[in-house]
Amino acid sequence: MLKTADGVTEAGHVCFDNVQKSYDGETLVVKNLNLDIARGEFLTMLGPSGSGKTTCLMMLAGFESATFGEIRLDGQRIDNVAPHKRGIGMVFQNYALFPHMTVAENLAFPLRVRKMGQADVEKRVQRALDMVELSEFGSRMPAQLSGGQQQRVAVARALVFEPQLVLMDEPLGALDKNLREQMQYEIKHIHEQLGVTVVYVTHDQTEALTMSNRIAVFNDGKVQQLASPPDLYERPENAFVAAFIGENNKLMGKVEAIDGDTCKVVLDNGDKVTALKVNVDAVGDRTTLSLRPERVVIAPEGSADLDNVFEAEVRELIYLGDHIRTRVKVCGNDEFIVKVPNSSHSPDLARGAKVRIGWITQDCRALDA
Amino acid sequence: MAQADAGTEDLTRDASGQMVTADGVPLKQSLKRAERRRKLVAFGLVTPLLLFLLVVFIFPIGQMMWRSVDNPQVVNALPLTLEALEDWDGQGLPDEEVYAALASDFRTDMERARRDQFSGPLGVRLNYELSGARGAVARTVRNVPDFEAPYKEAFLDSHRLWGDVALWKVIEREGRPLTTAYYVAAMDREFDADGNIVMRDENRQIYINLYMRTLALSVAITVLTILLGFPIAYYMSILPMRYSNLLMIFVLLPFWTSLLVRTTAWIVLLQQQGVINESLVALGIIGDDGRFSLMYNMWGTIIAMTHILLPFMVLPLYSVMRTIPPSYVRAAKSLGATPFTAFRKVYLPQTLPGIGAGAVLVFIISIGYYITPALVGGQSGRMISNEIARHMQQSLNWGLAAALGTILLIGVLVLYWVYNRLVGAQNLKLG
Ligand SMILES: Nc1ncnc2c1ncn2[C@@H]1O[C@H](COP(=O)(O)OP(=O)(O)OP(=O)(O)O)[C@@H](O)[C@H]1O
Ligand SMILES: [Mg+2]
Repeated sequence: MLKTADGVTEAGHVCFDNVQKSYDGETLVVKNLNLDIARGEFLTMLGPSGSGKTTCLMMLAGFESATFGEIRLDGQRIDNVAPHKRGIGMVFQNYALFPHMTVAENLAFPLRVRKMGQADVEKRVQRALDMVELSEFGSRMPAQLSGGQQQRVAVARALVFEPQLVLMDEPLGALDKNLREQMQYEIKHIHEQLGVTVVYVTHDQTEALTMSNRIAVFNDGKVQQLASPPDLYERPENAFVAAFIGENNKLMGKVEAIDGDTCKVVLDNGDKVTALKVNVDAVGDRTTLSLRPERVVIAPEGSADLDNVFEAEVRELIYLGDHIRTRVKVCGNDEFIVKVPNSSHSPDLARGAKVRIGWITQDCRALDA
Repeated sequence: MAQADAGTEDLTRDASGQMVTADGVPLKQSLKRAERRRKLVAFGLVTPLLLFLLVVFIFPIGQMMWRSVDNPQVVNALPLTLEALEDWDGQGLPDEEVYAALASDFRTDMERARRDQFSGPLGVRLNYELSGARGAVARTVRNVPDFEAPYKEAFLDSHRLWGDVALWKVIEREGRPLTTAYYVAAMDREFDADGNIVMRDENRQIYINLYMRTLALSVAITVLTILLGFPIAYYMSILPMRYSNLLMIFVLLPFWTSLLVRTTAWIVLLQQQGVINESLVALGIIGDDGRFSLMYNMWGTIIAMTHILLPFMVLPLYSVMRTIPPSYVRAAKSLGATPFTAFRKVYLPQTLPGIGAGAVLVFIISIGYYITPALVGGQSGRMISNEIARHMQQSLNWGLAAALGTILLIGVLVLYWVYNRLVGAQNLKLG
């Protein structure tokens, strides 16, 4: 938190401060949310369905009120500001293009309600159309556009009145994979060009990883971790984030000894592992070890530089071109995945073969149980 | 996969290169056969309804339109007279020859069995055009067996109208199998002495005023149902199903109670000594002598019909509103529109198809509504359909009733056409 003495955020453009939200008065959908978003940042809220992402966005846009806590925009509380006075652009999941207006009329709408002169309106609409490469489509009705084109119009409309902050709620959810990737790139590009602050909601982790400056991982109404994409992937802070982002091998055990920033863990089948101490407090705690499949190596005999080496049995091989996804049984876990690169010096593996596998301490993180 | 391959192999070509199915029938032909079967089935399914409509709807409407121009009475009763009248110049009374023909027509008629006689309908028909004509025919027919030449005098003695040129003009004019006379009367017009169509005397004009009033009342009722129905439909569309269903029951209640029960309720509520007036007097809002007349006048018709027709507005509105996601209005607000602008520019236009459908339903139903105005409308709340009913049931002038009905039908069709041009075209753009 970047707070001055009087409690007003300085650097934060958007600030959630101890925000709670309940719809029914019985359960908290958002539990104590604290979030600072910097000006010009691309922040993604990522999380499973029902984790409260849309609710947060709606509170920010003003369509839901916070049950407790403050939301500030540029240091000003916005709880009592009506949605239409907040000046926040928004892209809805179903685009919400007004079906009875042409594309150009849709884009002109925010300008017209601001009583902008006709010439200015036309100029800006044209610029916005150019920006999303739909210059020729101004006179079409939204229903006459493809999904991707509608999506771009929705983005252009949310930006045409030059808001400082744009909210996007799963804007690409309805598009197919190729179009999605293209649109991710375009939105990212527009963000960099205009320098607006974007708060983006998705439950597609690839999308979050490729687009964001920072990602807030939501679960159960709480931000589990707020970090940049590499940090989130390489250094998850709890078991949920480790499992939710990317592929992850899980080993359950108990902390036996702590030694500085590493610890010794006895797994449930009795094997002992050294791991990075991340989210365990004391000897005797239960812990989940998290290990990325690409950080595990099939160890040639006598290899010494790995801290943890175990005997494993190959259960399944899936050929994926650039690598071979190998499922092995190790340390009592037979869902353990190893990604074996498809290179000339990788060992030949067969089903049922016994191999030695290993990893270094730094890649194995001891998280909460 | 294997099946698809087999399919392609089955499709071979015959000598002329046409595609044929496995058993050698040209593909087009077998396709057509399949299509024809489907069409026959579809047609078979709607046939009962078509027949039903034909019998109870199209045929009666055709009958009605036919009746409004059908004019057999004079032609049937006076064939010889009409022939003799062909030489009449229309100035002064006809010649003896015509009167002789008339006597002979009446005698022929008297020889027919009583219920096949044409003179009764003739008298009624002539009376529509000239009052007193019925009496003239009735009395003369009775006397005609005793008439002797010269007939002209005998007729003039029998009833003075036989010496009135006007009657002869009517006979000549209506001596044709088709007539426009009912339409002329329905438009509050009549024929003057020279046979021109002119407006009736001011105090005998009723129908045009009645049409106008019907139109005005229908518009008022339509507007009222929109004003009352829109908010409730909107509210129902945003409530959870559970509550909106409950509200729907209240909206549909008018459908489920008998009209007579409701009429009684309205009388209790609206009459001069009714609940509303008594409460207002008790509250001191109006004086005892300032009670409102809410029944047996125009207000009665408006209040009662608005109540009855409200569901026809609410249902289409509701079904349209249910499909408008809340995100549109939210989007409008997030783009800077005030709640009112968001409503007017974004929400309202999307409900237009519902408003249009509801308005057409309510308007068309109310323009032909009969029973409520008859029960609570009094004199100033009467509508054209009450007049049509009166001619059907009391004055028995079916020709005039048919003409009034046909005009109403054409009016509705024209209004519908206008609506279609105005709103229908816009709807296309909405699509
Ligand atoms: N209007 C509402 N009334 C009552 N409960 C609601 C309402 N909107 C959302 N909820 C509840 O709040 C919780 C969070 O919902 P929210 O829409 O914020 O989830 P989300 O993270 O956006 O999920 P998704 O990825 O599926 O869109 C859910 O349990 C949901 O049932
Ligand atoms: Mg959501």
